[in-house]
Amino acid sequence: MVADVLVTVVPLVLVAVATWVVRGRRMRRALPPPGPGRVLFPFRGRELSIPALEAALRLARAEHATLVPVYLAEVPLHLSLDCALPRQSAVALALLDAVEQRARRFEVPVDTRIEKGRDARHALRQMLRHERYDRIVLAAETAAGGDGFTPAETAWLLANAPGEIVVLRPAREADVATLTASHAA
Amino acid sequence: MGAATTRPGRLKVFLGMAAGVGKTYRMLQEGQAEAEAGRDVVIGWLESHGRAETESQAIGLEAVARLRVEHRGTLLEEMDLRGVLSRAPELCLIDELAHTNAPGLLHAKRHEDVTAVLAAGIDVYSTVNVQHLESLNDQVAELTTTRVRETVPDEVLASADELVLIDLTPEALIERLRAGKVYPAARVESALNNFFKIEHLSALREVALRQVAEEVEAKRVVGAAPITRRRDEERVLASAAPAAIGERLLALVEPTPASQRVVRRAWRSAQRLGTELDLLWVQPPGSLDDVSSEQLDALRRLAVVLGAHLLVEPSDDLVGTVRRVALERGTTYVLIGEPRRRGALQRLLRPSLPSRLLEALPGIDVRIVADRTRREAAPAPAAASAPPDVSSPFSPKEGR
Repeated sequence: MVADVLVTVVPLVLVAVATWVVRGRRMRRALPPPGPGRVLFPFRGRELSIPALEAALRLARAEHATLVPVYLAEVPLHLSLDCALPRQSAVALALLDAVEQRARRFEVPVDTRIEKGRDARHALRQMLRHERYDRIVLAAETAAGGDGFTPAETAWLLANAPGEIVVLRPAREADVATLTASHAA
Repeated sequence: MGAATTRPGRLKVFLGMAAGVGKTYRMLQEGQAEAEAGRDVVIGWLESHGRAETESQAIGLEAVARLRVEHRGTLLEEMDLRGVLSRAPELCLIDELAHTNAPGLLHAKRHEDVTAVLAAGIDVYSTVNVQHLESLNDQVAELTTTRVRETVPDEVLASADELVLIDLTPEALIERLRAGKVYPAARVESALNNFFKIEHLSALREVALRQVAEEVEAKRVVGAAPITRRRDEERVLASAAPAAIGERLLALVEPTPASQRVVRRAWRSAQRLGTELDLLWVQPPGSLDDVSSEQLDALRRLAVVLGAHLLVEPSDDLVGTVRRVALERGTTYVLIGEPRRRGALQRLLRPSLPSRLLEALPGIDVRIVADRTRREAAPAPAAASAPPDVSSPFSPKEGR
C-alpha cells in the first residue's frame, strides 16, 4: 500500500521540483525589474567609447537604475526636423543594439532613445526636454577628436542641465576601445 | 507618320543614380537604332555637357532648333515645344526630364512639355536621375547631404511605359569622372570631394535599383488583369500576384522599453525588403499613466526618425484589432515581441498570442522578435558573461 503511494507521489514531487528549478533558472536569467532611477548616456557619430559606456553601466547597476542610451542625430539644415533619417538611423540602431548587449552583461535594464537636432547641442536640449533622469554620463572627446563631446558642448550641458553630470575623458587613445556601428551590426 | 493620330505617345525613361552613368548616351543609342529601323526620330533637347562620346552618338539625328529666351539680361536656351509639335516626329528624344524652364515659356517644367508632346501622339525618350524624384528628394538629400532643387513628380515616372535603369558601379563611375568623361578637368576634384563619393554613390545606386524594382512590381500588378482572360490556372496566379508581391510590415508595440527592440528589428527587416513599416499599439481601455505616456512619446519620436507610421488603436480586443489593421494596411508580416510568460493554467485555458494571431491572420507571416542579448549571454564562458571587474575603470582594448 505504502509502496503504491510512493510510486505515485515520488514522480509527481520530482516533476514539481524539476519545474520549480527550471523556472527559477529562467527567472534568474531575466533582468531585474527596472528601478525608478535613470542614467542618461548621450552619444553620437559612428562609434562610442566602451570605457564611458561601462562607467555608465556600473553607475546604473550600483543605483539599480535604468540606463538610457541616447543617440543624437544631426539633421542637416536643408532637411526638415520632422523628416526620417534612414542613414543615421541605421548607425544609431546598430549602436543601440550593441549597448543593449553590453548592458545585459551588467544586468542593467536599458531604455533606448534617438534624439534629433540641428547639431549636438540642439539634440541635447531636446533630450533634456523629453527625458527624466537622475544623472547624465557623457564621454568627452579625446585629444585626437573622435565622436566624444567637445569642451564647448560639455560646458553647455554643465551650465544648462540640472542634476549630476559625469564627464569621462577617455585615457590615451591607444588604450581606448570603441564600439563602432559596423562592429555593432 | 505625323502627330495626326489621337493615340498618346509612349514614354520611355532612362533612370540613373547620378550624372555620368550614361543615360543620355543610351537614349541616343536607342534613338539611332529606331532611326535605322525606319522611324522618324528627332532630338528635342540634348544636354551633352560637352562629352565627346555623347555628342558622337547624336551624329546623324535631326535636332529641333533651340529656343532662345532672354531672362534678366542672360540669353538662355530651351527646348522649342512648338517646334517639336509642328515637326511632329514619331519619336522625340528629350534629355533632362527634371529641368525647370526659363520663366515666360508655356510650361514651368520640362516634364510638362513632355506630357504635351506625348498628348500629341509623339513617343518620347527622356532621362532623369533618381535624386530628382519628388518622393526621394528628402531621402537622397540625407544620404548625400546635397539637395537638388529640380524635381519630377513621381506620377510622371509611374506613367512611363518603360523605365530603363542605367546602372554602373560607383567605382566605375568615379573612374569615368577621373578620366574626364563626366565633367571638365577643372570640376573633377571638387566633384570627387563632394557628391561623387563611393558611399554616396552606393546609397544612390541602392535607391535607384529599389525604385526600378518598385516600378516593375507596380506594373506587374496592374498588368496582371488581362491574364485572367486566358486560362483558369492563370486566373488564379493573376489574382494572387498583387498580394504576393507587395510586402508591408506591422510591428505590435506597447509603451515599454522592450518595444524599442521590436521596432529596431522590424525597421531593419523593412529596410531589407524596401517596404513600409507600421507600428501598432492596441491601447487597452483606461487612462495612461505617466510612465506609459512618456514611453508612448518616445515611440512616436522613434517612428518619426525611422519614417515608420505609429498607429494607436483603443480596443480591448487585441487580436481582432490587429486583424482589422492588417487587412486595412495590406500587411504581409506581423512582428511581435516575446510573449509574456504564462502559467500552466493560463496556457491550458487560452492559446498563446502567436497562435491566436496565426489563426486570425491566414496568409500573413507572424514573427516573434527574440531578445538577442540573451542568446549571446547564454553560451558565453563564465568570464565573458560576468560583468567586468568593478574596480577597474577601463576594460581591455577590444578589436573592431
